Amino acid sequence: MTYAAAALLGAVAGVLAGLFGVGGGILFVPALTGLGLTQVHAEATSLLAIIPTVLVGVWRQSRYGNVRRRPALVIGVASVAATVGGAAVAVSLHETTLRRLFAALLLVVAAQIAWRARRGSA
Amino acid sequence: MLRLVLIGLLAGFFSALFGVGGGIVIVPLLVLVAGFDIRTATGTSLAAIGITATAGTITYAVHGDVEPVYAALVGVPAAVGAVGGASLQQRLPRRTLSYLFAALLVAIAIRMLV
Repeated sequence: MTYAAAALLGAVAGVLAGLFGVGGGILFVPALTGLGLTQVHAEATSLLAIIPTVLVGVWRQSRYGNVRRRPALVIGVASVAATVGGAAVAVSLHETTLRRLFAALLLVVAAQIAWRARRGSA
Repeated sequence: MLRLVLIGLLAGFFSALFGVGGGIVIVPLLVLVAGFDIRTATGTSLAAIGITATAGTITYAVHGDVEPVYAALVGVPAAVGAVGGASLQQRLPRRTLSYLFAALLVAIAIRMLV
C-alpha cells in the first residue's frame, strides 16, 4: 500500500467516524498493516490515530448539539475498566466460537435498529 | 446511570476481546437500551471513545508499540474526514442514518464471520 492510499483510507475512516460515531479503527488497522506494521503495532497506532479523529468529531457534533457529556464520561470510564476483563477472557476462551456469537449478535442488533427506524421511533 | 455503566462495560469488554472499536457497541446500546436519538448516540459515542482510545494509547505506548508518524498519516486525514461525516449526518434523515448504521453492523458481522 502507498502512503497516499493509506491517507485516503484514513480520510474515509474519518467520514465514517463523523457519520456513525465509531473511532475509525476498522479502516486504520488494515491501512497500517498494509504499510508494513505488525498487527500489534497497527492496533496500538490506530488507537493514537483515533484521538484526533474523535476530538474533531466531538467538536463538530457538540456544535450540532449531539454530545451528552456526562453519559460519555460514564461510558468511557466504565469501558476502560472493562478492557482489562475482556483481555483476560480473550486469552482463556475459544475465540472462533465467541467471534461467531458476537457477529450473530451484531446481526440481531442491526435488524432491531432497522425495525425501529421503519416504525419511525429511532 | 446503571445502564450507562453497563453500556461502557460491554463496550470495553467486547473491544478488548475482538479488537472491535467501542462505537459499534456503544451506539446501538444507547439507542436500544438508553433511548437515545441516533444522532445524539453517535456524538456521545465519539466522546466516550476519546477516553478509551487515550487510555489504550498510553497502555500500548509504555510498551513502545505506538508509531506516532504513522498515526498522523492516517489520523490527520481522518480528522478532516470527520468534519465531513458529521456535516453529512446532519443532512441525512434519522431513518436513513439508522438504516445505514444497521448496514455497517451487517458488514462488520460478515467480516467477522469470514
